[in-house]
Amino acid sequence: MENISLMFAPLMSSKLMIVLLFGTLFGLILGVLPGLGPTTGGALILPFTMTLDPLSAIVLLTAIYCSATYGGAITAVLINTPGTPAAAATCLDGYPLAQKGEAGRALGMATISSTIGGIFSVVVLVFFAPLLAQLAYEFGQPEYFALAIFGLTMLASIGEGSPIKNLIAGAFGILISTIGKDFMTSIERFTYGINELSEGIGFIPVVVGLFAISEMLTQSTLLDQIFKRVALKAVKLPSLSDYKKTWKTILRSSGIGSFIGVLPAEGGTVASLIGYSEAKRWSKNPEEFGKGSVEGIAGAEAANNAATGGAMVPTLALGIPGSATTAVILTGLIIHGVRPGPDLFREQPDFLYGIFGSMLIANILFFIFGFFGAKIFARITLVPNKLLWPMIFAVSVCGTYSLSQSMLDVWIMLFFGIIGFFMRRYGFSVVPVIIGLILGELVEGTLRQSLVIFEGNWLIFFTRPIVVTFFILSLIALAFPLLRKKKK
Amino acid sequence: MNNVQNKKRANKSLPFFFKDEFKVSFVIIFISIILLINTFTFDIVPPILNRGIQPATFPKGLLVLIITLTSIIYYLSIKKPWEIKKKLPKPFFFTLLSFFLFIFVSKTLDFFLAISLLSVFVSYFWGERRIFYLILVSVIFPIIVFIFFETILGLRFPPGVITNIYYQV
Repeated sequence: MENISLMFAPLMSSKLMIVLLFGTLFGLILGVLPGLGPTTGGALILPFTMTLDPLSAIVLLTAIYCSATYGGAITAVLINTPGTPAAAATCLDGYPLAQKGEAGRALGMATISSTIGGIFSVVVLVFFAPLLAQLAYEFGQPEYFALAIFGLTMLASIGEGSPIKNLIAGAFGILISTIGKDFMTSIERFTYGINELSEGIGFIPVVVGLFAISEMLTQSTLLDQIFKRVALKAVKLPSLSDYKKTWKTILRSSGIGSFIGVLPAEGGTVASLIGYSEAKRWSKNPEEFGKGSVEGIAGAEAANNAATGGAMVPTLALGIPGSATTAVILTGLIIHGVRPGPDLFREQPDFLYGIFGSMLIANILFFIFGFFGAKIFARITLVPNKLLWPMIFAVSVCGTYSLSQSMLDVWIMLFFGIIGFFMRRYGFSVVPVIIGLILGELVEGTLRQSLVIFEGNWLIFFTRPIVVTFFILSLIALAFPLLRKKKK
Repeated sequence: MNNVQNKKRANKSLPFFFKDEFKVSFVIIFISIILLINTFTFDIVPPILNRGIQPATFPKGLLVLIITLTSIIYYLSIKKPWEIKKKLPKPFFFTLLSFFLFIFVSKTLDFFLAISLLSVFVSYFWGERRIFYLILVSVIFPIIVFIFFETILGLRFPPGVITNIYYQV
């Protein structure tokens, strides 16, 4: 209870409130602009967080995460283009409803369900993250190894696209993490005599390259795309009949989103699709779906915002990112000298509950901004790509350079931008690369340390109950897409 | 639906080495084999000091996994060919070219000049013709970014013909 009261500390600090306001506004802008989103935005802002204290830095990143996830709905409803991948399912009913002249009602429903979904997930975070952290006290090196493997297999199986391609991308990410001096022996690997590579490849150049630069290249192939914009007068609060129709859907999707978010995968996108399809399955009027159903909007939006809090659970409790954006937040934590895991809960409850509280406030703030400012945010999409992307390039280059003041980082960013473009073109998701990169050290480190501790005995991976459980779950995760295919 | 089937049929009629699935799988496997060979050149920890596995073992395992999985996706693509992608448009190649221009100019002349040139180049080839907006993205915005990073983050940018004037070198 004492810890719960710590959640409201951000309200008492003017500095944190300013950070929250800025983060929420910036996140909304990122969410509205197609191609950008919480991951790219978080990676771009990460260098700027170096001027902030650790709590303010993470508050900024989480506020961006929450509001950018919601912001995607504005573009989805008004121009039928999801601002973020997590808003793809919102287009299905949001845009048809807007075309009927009810854009305000569609956005109102998206705003309220996103807020409820987001707040629900923070409650889940507050109660489940400490429990998971408690469980993590039982974990040794082999358990962490098995957990990381489970995370990667989950990502491959419930992420977007082909599971095998996702596994290749994940393995590629782990391979990148092996570049540089081996942490146990200091033997150089894949450095090719370049001194700057001895310390390994930084996370930010890879993220900015894979997300921002590859998106710039993707946008260069879409210049002939024409958006049909629907006019918006004002966002309307849902009517009583809309509430009656959707409250069960909102609660169900909030639960689905929180659960999917906890699983290490690209939570928001998958959660919104499942939330949408479950809303349709349980609806009394499934025939209205795809034609402007408010239940469809509520199902998708509550789920994708609920995934934000869910994805923070493994990130903070175990140091395993629940999504690409939480991988950026995890990097932010590490850069600022905060090591997530059980000790964080015991030693820095004020820091942790400050983050929980700021997520709660961010959800309320984006409700206010979304409700009163959606019309203004919608205008941001009028900025043409031919002006926007050169500007994003300038910020990407300077931001990447600023972290270690190395031009090599800039070349790495461009290199991964080109790789990322071709990966996406041929159906390889870039998200597993990011998760693989951040989990790579953990996977290799725990594997090798386990073998050292248990004197090279590989049997330890088959005799410890938690390890075996994670391996069985990994096998189930790998078999899941095959079963799903068979069922279809 | 018909369009997708037509595309798939068109893909089937191509010789195998022209198909995307072959080209992609070939590139991944080829690079992985080169890297795998490279892992054999890593230093080896003497047996007396070795605890656990050698530093090369883990990347070797990953590369073998990547090669195996890529072979599987290629095998699966024989049964179910990938959809043929649209040809890449000219602006894509201009954007890619501008990256190389950026690298060349930032290495030889100036980092900020390179950003300005890339911005004007991309903006122009993406269809912007209005002078004011070209100046906005290529001059005004980079200056704002420069001042912001310089003053707020205290960042020192790499030397070059323009940055040297600012730093009064």
